[in-house]
Amino acid sequence: MQITRRHFFGVMGAAGASVAVRPPTGHAWQSKAPPDPFGCLVDLTRCVGCRKCEEACAEVNGLPEPERVNCQCTIFEKDRRPDHDAYTVVNRYYTGKVDEFDKPVPTYAKVQCMHCQDPACVSACIVGALTKDETGTVRYDVTRCIGCRYCMVACPFEIPAYEYHDPITPKVMKCTFCYDRISKQGGVPGCATICPTEAITFGRRETLLEVAKKRLKENPARYLPHIYGEKEVGGTSWMYLSGVPFEQVNLPALPETPSPKLSETVQHSLFTYLWSPILLFGVLGGLMAWFNKNDNPPDKGGA
Amino acid sequence: MTHAAQPLKRPLWTPGVLVMLVFMFAGAVAIIARFTGGIGYVTNLTNARPWGIWVGIDVATGVALAAGGFTTAALAHIFGRHYYEPVTRPALLTAVLGYTFVVIGLLVDIGRSWAIWKPMFYWNFNSVLFEVAMCVMIYLTVLYIEFLPIVAEQFKGRVNLPGILSGLNRLVDGFLQTADRILGKVMWVFIILGVVLSCMHQSSLGSLMLVAPTKLHPLWYTPILPLLFLTSAIAVGYPMVVFETTLATASFKLDSEVKILAPLTKITIFLLGFYMVLKIGDMGVRGTWIYLLDGTYQTNSFLVELLFGVMIPWIMLLFKPVRQSARGVFTAAALIVGGVVLNRVNVFIVGYRSPLTENGYFPAPSEILVTLGLIATLMFIYRVVVTYLPVLQAPKEVSS
Repeated sequence: MQITRRHFFGVMGAAGASVAVRPPTGHAWQSKAPPDPFGCLVDLTRCVGCRKCEEACAEVNGLPEPERVNCQCTIFEKDRRPDHDAYTVVNRYYTGKVDEFDKPVPTYAKVQCMHCQDPACVSACIVGALTKDETGTVRYDVTRCIGCRYCMVACPFEIPAYEYHDPITPKVMKCTFCYDRISKQGGVPGCATICPTEAITFGRRETLLEVAKKRLKENPARYLPHIYGEKEVGGTSWMYLSGVPFEQVNLPALPETPSPKLSETVQHSLFTYLWSPILLFGVLGGLMAWFNKNDNPPDKGGA
Repeated sequence: MTHAAQPLKRPLWTPGVLVMLVFMFAGAVAIIARFTGGIGYVTNLTNARPWGIWVGIDVATGVALAAGGFTTAALAHIFGRHYYEPVTRPALLTAVLGYTFVVIGLLVDIGRSWAIWKPMFYWNFNSVLFEVAMCVMIYLTVLYIEFLPIVAEQFKGRVNLPGILSGLNRLVDGFLQTADRILGKVMWVFIILGVVLSCMHQSSLGSLMLVAPTKLHPLWYTPILPLLFLTSAIAVGYPMVVFETTLATASFKLDSEVKILAPLTKITIFLLGFYMVLKIGDMGVRGTWIYLLDGTYQTNSFLVELLFGVMIPWIMLLFKPVRQSARGVFTAAALIVGGVVLNRVNVFIVGYRSPLTENGYFPAPSEILVTLGLIATLMFIYRVVVTYLPVLQAPKEVSS
C-alpha cells in the first residue's frame, strides 16, 4: 500500500508537471495584427460635444436615432456607454481644468470600439465570429455567434454590448468601423465624415501616428505627451490625443502587452498537436497496465 | 472488494423530494421567463458584467465539483486501488449529472441556445472557451459510455418497456447486451480518456480569465491560474465524494462508509496541501499579499476562501482523531468543497472588475431560482437513479 501510494503521488506530480512545463518545440507568440490597417485619430482638444457623430453613426448603421439627438447639455449629466442602440456616444468630463476666468472647462470624449491590433475579443470568441480584417476592422459575423458573451468578458475597453432583451436571437453590438464604406476606395466612417471640427481624422494608422506626433511637437502646451492607443494592449486602430489625463475621460490605463498573449501562449504550448493529452494518455495507460497486471480482468462495469 | 451495488428500492416521494419539486417548478418558471423576455428580463447582467452566477456557479462550479468522477476512476481503476470501487459509482453518477447540468446551464445562459452546435463546425484554436467546450462535449459522451454498464447490469435480460413500447424490448435488450460486451473490453480506453479530458478542461477553465488581465483582481489573476484550477479540482474530488456519500448514506439511512472514505482523506492532505503551497507561493512570488488587509469585499472573500476553504480543513485533516470521526471527516470535506465553490465564484464573479462602469453585481431573484431549480433537478434525478439502478452499496442490516 505504501509503495502504491507513493507511486500514485509521483504520477500526480508528473502529470501536473507535464501540464505545467512548456514543450521545447513551442514557439514564441506572434502578433497577428494586419500590416497596414486603417485607423482614426480622435483629438479631444478639438471636440465640442455636438454629438453629430452619434447621429451619423446611427444613420449609417441603421440604429435608432440617438437619445435627445439635438441636446448638447442635460444629456451630458449622465455618463453614457455604447449599448445595443448606439455604437458610439460622447460624454462630457470636468477634469478640474479651468479657463482664464477660473471657469471649469469641459472635455468631451467620443467612445467606440477601439479596433485593437490584437483584439482580446477575437482571440476569445469560441466560434471565430469576431475577426480582425486587413482594413483594421474588428468584424462581427452574427451567423456564427452563439451568444456566450466571452468577447464582452475579454474586452479591456468594456465595449461589446448585448441585446439582453431579445430572448432567441440576440446580437453582440459594437462599432463596425463602417466596414462597408472603408473597405471601398475612398470610403470614410460616418462619424469621421460629419465631424465639424475635424476632431476625428481617418486614415492609415501609420499616417495617423505621424499626424499625432506632429501635433504633439507643434503644440506641446495643448496636449499631454502621449498618444493613447499607440501602444495600449499592443496598439489600437483608434487613437486619442488629449489635454487632460486619459483616465479622467474614461480611457483606462492599460499595459502594452496584447491581452491575448498569455492565454494563447498557454493554450498553444499545451495543446499544439495535442502533445500533452497524448502524453498523459500514454503515461496513464502504462500505469494502468502496471498496477493491474496481477489482477484477473476486473469487472470494469460502471467504471 | 465486495462490489455489490444495488438499487435502493425505497419510496421515492419523500417530503425532501417534494421540496425539490417546488424548487424545480420555480426554476422552470424562471427559465420560461428567460426564453420569452430574454436574459435581461430575468438577470442582473449588464454590458459591463456579462457573466453572472449561471457561468460562475452552474458551469464553473458544476465542473469543479464533478471532479470526483475522474479522481475516483483514476484511483480505483488506473492505480488499481480496487478497495475504493464502492465509491466510484456514486462519484460517476455525480459526474454524469453534474456535466449534464453544466450543459443545461449553458443552454440557459448563452444568448442563442439553438446555436450551441456551432463550435463543432467553426473552430477557433486561439479560444480557451473553444477547447473547454470540445472537452466538455467529448467528456460528457465518455461519462455516459462509462455509465452504460450500470444500466445494462440492471436491465440486461429483463427489459420490459410499458405498453406500446414493448415491441422494442428485444431491440433494447440486444443493444444493452452488445454494448455491455464490447464496453467490457474497451472500457479502459474511456476511463483514461475521461481522466485526460478532465485534466484538460479543468485547467482550461482557469485559463478562461487569462485573456482579461486588467479585469480580474490580482489576488486571483496569475499565469498559473490553470494549474491552480487543475490542482484544486483534483484536491476537491475526494472531499466531494466524502461529502455526497455521507449525505446520501445519512439520508437513505445506509451503512456509513467512513471506513472506505477515511483513507481518501489522507490522500487529500497531500493533494490539498499541494494546491495550498501553489496558492500561497504564487501570492508570495507575485507580491499580491499587499492587498490582503485592504478590507475590500474582494480581498475578504479571498481570505475566507484561503482560510476556511483550504488552510483550516487541511490542518484539521492532519489530526488522526478528526480523520477517524465521521463528523470530523465530513466537516473538513464540506469546508474544502465550500472553498472550491467560493474560489470559482471569486474568479468569475467577485474578483471580476469592470474597467469603467461601477458595477456591483448581485444575482436577480429569478436568476437565483434558475440555479436552485437546476440543482434541485440534479438532486431529484440522482435520487431517482439510485432508487432504480445499482449505484449505492446495498444496506446490510440497519446498523449503528
